[in-house]
Amino acid sequence: MKAVIAENLIKTYNKGSVKALDGLSLDVEEGTVLGVLGPNGAGKTTVVRILATLLSPDSGSATVAGIDVLKNPEEVRKVIGLSGQYAAVDETLTGWDNLIMFGRLYHLSAIDAKRRAVELLEQFSLTDSAKRPIRTYSGGMRRRLDLAASLIIRPKVLFLDEPTTGLDPRGRQDMWGVIDELVKSGVTLLLTTQYLEEADHLADEIAVIDHGKVIARGTSDSLKRQVGGERLEIVVESENLAAVKEIVARVSGSAINVDEGLRQISAPVTTGSKALIEAAKLLDEQGIHPLDIGLKRPSLDDVFLSLTGHVAEDKKEEEVLVGRGRGKGK
Amino acid sequence: MMNAISDALIITKRQLLQLARVPEVLIFSTIQPIMFVLLFRYVFGGSIDTGQPGGYVQLLMPGIFVQTVAFTLAATAVGLAADMQKGLIDRFRSLPISRAAVVFGRTLGDGVLNIVVLAAMGITGFVVGWRPSSGPIMITLGFLFLFLFGFAMSWVGVLIGLAVKDERVAQNATFIAVFPLTFLSNAFAPTTGMPKPLQYVAEWNPVSTMVAGCRQLFGLQNEFGATAGSFPSDNPLLMSLIYMVIIMAIFIPLSIRKYSNAANK
Repeated sequence: MKAVIAENLIKTYNKGSVKALDGLSLDVEEGTVLGVLGPNGAGKTTVVRILATLLSPDSGSATVAGIDVLKNPEEVRKVIGLSGQYAAVDETLTGWDNLIMFGRLYHLSAIDAKRRAVELLEQFSLTDSAKRPIRTYSGGMRRRLDLAASLIIRPKVLFLDEPTTGLDPRGRQDMWGVIDELVKSGVTLLLTTQYLEEADHLADEIAVIDHGKVIARGTSDSLKRQVGGERLEIVVESENLAAVKEIVARVSGSAINVDEGLRQISAPVTTGSKALIEAAKLLDEQGIHPLDIGLKRPSLDDVFLSLTGHVAEDKKEEEVLVGRGRGKGK
Repeated sequence: MMNAISDALIITKRQLLQLARVPEVLIFSTIQPIMFVLLFRYVFGGSIDTGQPGGYVQLLMPGIFVQTVAFTLAATAVGLAADMQKGLIDRFRSLPISRAAVVFGRTLGDGVLNIVVLAAMGITGFVVGWRPSSGPIMITLGFLFLFLFGFAMSWVGVLIGLAVKDERVAQNATFIAVFPLTFLSNAFAPTTGMPKPLQYVAEWNPVSTMVAGCRQLFGLQNEFGATAGSFPSDNPLLMSLIYMVIIMAIFIPLSIRKYSNAANK
């Protein structure tokens, strides 16, 4: 059974001049995770907001847990959780205060709200910080509390809008761990992200969107096959470029790219870290010390380049968003 | 309906909790009007001859009460704009609660804050010589009247806060709106000294009718009233009630609609 269905959603802003969604359709099988991958401005947040009843589309239809989002938003709100970029908690209050407040707003009794708050704080490793105001929390803790607040009623469908954007690597890892646990509990999850790596790690299926449309859909493996897997990248002193090119040729064998300006040699590899170790060994044998060596996973840009032929055009939008802080999404 | 009320009260409780967590907010929002009382009482009080027994402070206190509750508009607007900015309104809107709960809770919370501030000002006023002479029932009525006016103004603030979505813009916009409103009135000086067109504005200004009404309820003649014989000057209490009803009749439904569509643009 499908837990989420969106059909042909169209949403324009500024009297039709900005098309945020241009006939977007997607669905999520019950108990699975769909990763919606796309650059800023692609329409990720807009689709989440529509499904979470915060926004009405110009046309199209959507159901969540079998309930019509447009005709029956009150019922939808009883079965969903929303967290991430545009959901939030009260910073002046403590973590405890927030969970109690939201629990009561979900119409739990005072006792049940307290019981649930204790459980969630425990689950998200926030018990020790429960009595501190949120503004003293780190970014990762804040997100975890935000997520906890969206889980108070054990939603059937959870929407996470860019759950790790703005977090440091440690915070991102923690968040992934938490989300992994949630997924095991069987919740249906729709998450948006700008990072292929994140979609890869968390999602069963990925929908790539661009300009308000789904342009590709599949498992991360199938998408990666389309994109072309990992690349080995080595940066060396200029005099070693030729020698290193030969080494890379032995490891990779296929199209080698030499950038003399960056003093970088790169090539696609299929054997992952094995290729990296082999290259490192060969470099060492010849006494060449690379300035940098590593495996580069395909980025969103790579996905876009191979799927659309253009790079993700998110630079401008990103500046706008940064400039407005936690402003409203387009 | 019961749920809607209890939801609103949870939002109100949130605001009171905020005050408990950051008591500075309450302290400063109380100090400011107290400072105004002292400044006006001692800076202007000496040079304005009111011919009123007890002097300027008798006329000043109702004026400064009204000014303070008028500024509830700003407090509400800033609070809601901040909630918009931080994404809290989005979260509230994704919850299964009444569309009216959050805004009602907010205006109620700002009303409670007004009670605390009015009490602090009243005590300060008493210390510096304010002696309302109308008896406990009328005095209570006066404060009830002030509370209601603050509540009405708060609803105007809801709409502004939800519309501007930015804390600082809300702060500046409301200051510019409310400041002239409170000074273009009989709150601090007689309107008779103003140029004719301004006198007319001041006479019909809801702040003036409120101030005049409160002066009556606190047992004074409205010494600073404008032209005798004009409807608002002769019926300040009635006129104030009409204003409050009009403000609420317009701004409560508009605000709730705005909240329901808060991000729908």
